[in-house]
Amino acid sequence: MSEKVLMKGNEAMAEAAIMAGCHHYFGYPITPQTEVAAYMSKRMPKVDGGVFLQAESEIAAINMVIGVAATGKRVMTSSSSPGISLKSEGLSYLAGCDLPALVVNVQRGGPGLGGIQPSQSDYFHATRGAGHGDFHMIVLAPASVQEMVDLTFKAFDLGDKYRMPAMLLADGTMGQMMEPVTLDAKNVTKYDKPWALTGTEGKRKPNIVNSLFLKPEELEQFNFERYERYAQVEKNEVMYDEYRMEDAEICIVAFGVAARVSQNAIDEAREKGIKVGMIRPITLWPFPKDVLNKAADKVNSFISVELNMGQMIEDIELATRCKKPVLLCNRVGGMIPTTQNVLDKIDEAVKMGGAK
Amino acid sequence: MANVTFNESLCKGCGLCVSACPKHIVKLKDDLNSKGYHPAGVENKEECIGCAFCATMCPDCVITVER
Amino acid sequence: MTVFEKPNALTDAVLHYCPGCTHGIIHRLVAEAIDELGLTGRTIGVASVGCSVFSYNYFNCDMVQAAHGRAPAVATGVKRSDENNIVFTYQGDGDLAAIGTAETVHSAARGENITVIFVNNAIYGMTGGQMAPTTLPGQVTQTSPYGRDVSKVGYPVKVCELLSNVDGATYLERVAVNNVKNIKAAKAAIKKAFQYQAEGKGFSLIEVLSTCPTNWGMTPLDSMKWLEENMIPYYPLGVYKDKGAQADE
Repeated sequence: MSEKVLMKGNEAMAEAAIMAGCHHYFGYPITPQTEVAAYMSKRMPKVDGGVFLQAESEIAAINMVIGVAATGKRVMTSSSSPGISLKSEGLSYLAGCDLPALVVNVQRGGPGLGGIQPSQSDYFHATRGAGHGDFHMIVLAPASVQEMVDLTFKAFDLGDKYRMPAMLLADGTMGQMMEPVTLDAKNVTKYDKPWALTGTEGKRKPNIVNSLFLKPEELEQFNFERYERYAQVEKNEVMYDEYRMEDAEICIVAFGVAARVSQNAIDEAREKGIKVGMIRPITLWPFPKDVLNKAADKVNSFISVELNMGQMIEDIELATRCKKPVLLCNRVGGMIPTTQNVLDKIDEAVKMGGAK
Repeated sequence: MANVTFNESLCKGCGLCVSACPKHIVKLKDDLNSKGYHPAGVENKEECIGCAFCATMCPDCVITVER
Repeated sequence: MTVFEKPNALTDAVLHYCPGCTHGIIHRLVAEAIDELGLTGRTIGVASVGCSVFSYNYFNCDMVQAAHGRAPAVATGVKRSDENNIVFTYQGDGDLAAIGTAETVHSAARGENITVIFVNNAIYGMTGGQMAPTTLPGQVTQTSPYGRDVSKVGYPVKVCELLSNVDGATYLERVAVNNVKNIKAAKAAIKKAFQYQAEGKGFSLIEVLSTCPTNWGMTPLDSMKWLEENMIPYYPLGVYKDKGAQADE
């Protein structure tokens, strides 16, 4: 079937997870992602072996995820920014134990309790500070309800393939908005998990899932090995989308809802003859460094459009080695940049010689 | 006829077995094992009744008891 | 006939515990229970943080190491992954009754069909002897150098008493390993807890009063005496709840 159905982003993502073979969900209520838990609580009892459990805390939820992940099954939790802070300990343990799992962050404004409107202010947390120790998560940023679905499948696959946690970094908009989506059954790749805790049945040596290594030379080797895997992810799994970049002199970089707003602004600017395009990272880690670095040789300036105080802009500057100026177009606290905000920033780029 | 054997190399010389023995035949030896502890042992094995109290108290599975 | 030897559910790894530390006894009792019930092949253990963190090296079954206090949550995941798994946590007092209080209470409240082995030695051992949630009033530790002053830091947490008010809990018993008689009772309690789990009866917690000769600053033998004279009066031994037995009647 490839029939389109109208669904809320949070619910479409939840259904996609079940279709991807995730039959265990643990969560805790927090706006604006509570629909995920509500949806799972209805659906999981109807899924063979399905488990929905509302945990006593975000911390408990992520540790229940660790428990299922250790047994080799697909598992997920979801939350929003303050709850993700609480899950940080668990994210570090997932990484340290080399366990795959999906963690969804439907971001809201912060810091602290912040607000409940959309935000992208957990970019740094997701891409470089998700917990203590050296580690990465695969970070996927959907910009449509369809991508909430497609990237959920992708997140489980990449997590299993590289034995690492994956985060779907959505913003409140992606979770809350309704769009027509296709929920096609996809082939779910089965990955061998000889490390999984399934009981020895007296037939093999015990498996141990662990992140403690007191011998420094041993712990160093585990870190080296993990980063070799990360290098493979960076080499093979970068995803991005280009929009009207063929002749662009100004390059907007934006993800999630910011990319949707930017696309409208690009169309309007193009009508005025301004050559502007967009590179939309779909994987925030691995970040599309090479494509941005190559673009820096062609365009005159970049504009980073973000719902935060300027976080991804640092990755753009790093990726392009600051070859070209990077302007910041941002709104925070739950505010979303308007098309006019982006158009104003495009004008600023034109004035500083960003486009002829 | 009971037989008690001590895997001396595992013994940490804590002495809990010594206090548990109703026949008072378990003693810490004067010499040291490879870990540097005075290991426990039984001198008069023929007096052992195989109650396994020593083994029950032992935190390190040093002791095997047969009867 | 062999009447006593190391159980198969323990590996051959040499225990890292200090001389006279009762963790070794409790490890053995858990392993004996698993062995005797024939559950080793489908048992998955959850190691906690503290001196017993390395228990994953000692139990001869699949093991996962959990973050400090989170073992019951991890165990919940392992159990919910496959009801056929026999799942136990092995936790100390700091792990279970301080940083992991929420996970302890709520896994009991949910009636998770798991077995919790709670080793209470009234001190943080691994970090060198700090005050624990179960440190006795007046007890001297590194962080209560003048003795635990209950007017300033409050009273010890009595876990079995606390959980006995939780409807979801099935079986709660406090035991001790200070002498042969008590060790045999501890073994029976631990075995019953695993038996209940295998029968699907729900949440069991066995609190084992134990010693820490190194951080108490006593000989192993004096530690046993101190346990008997100080801990048992404050933490009375016995069955605090046994819904499993009621169900059998």
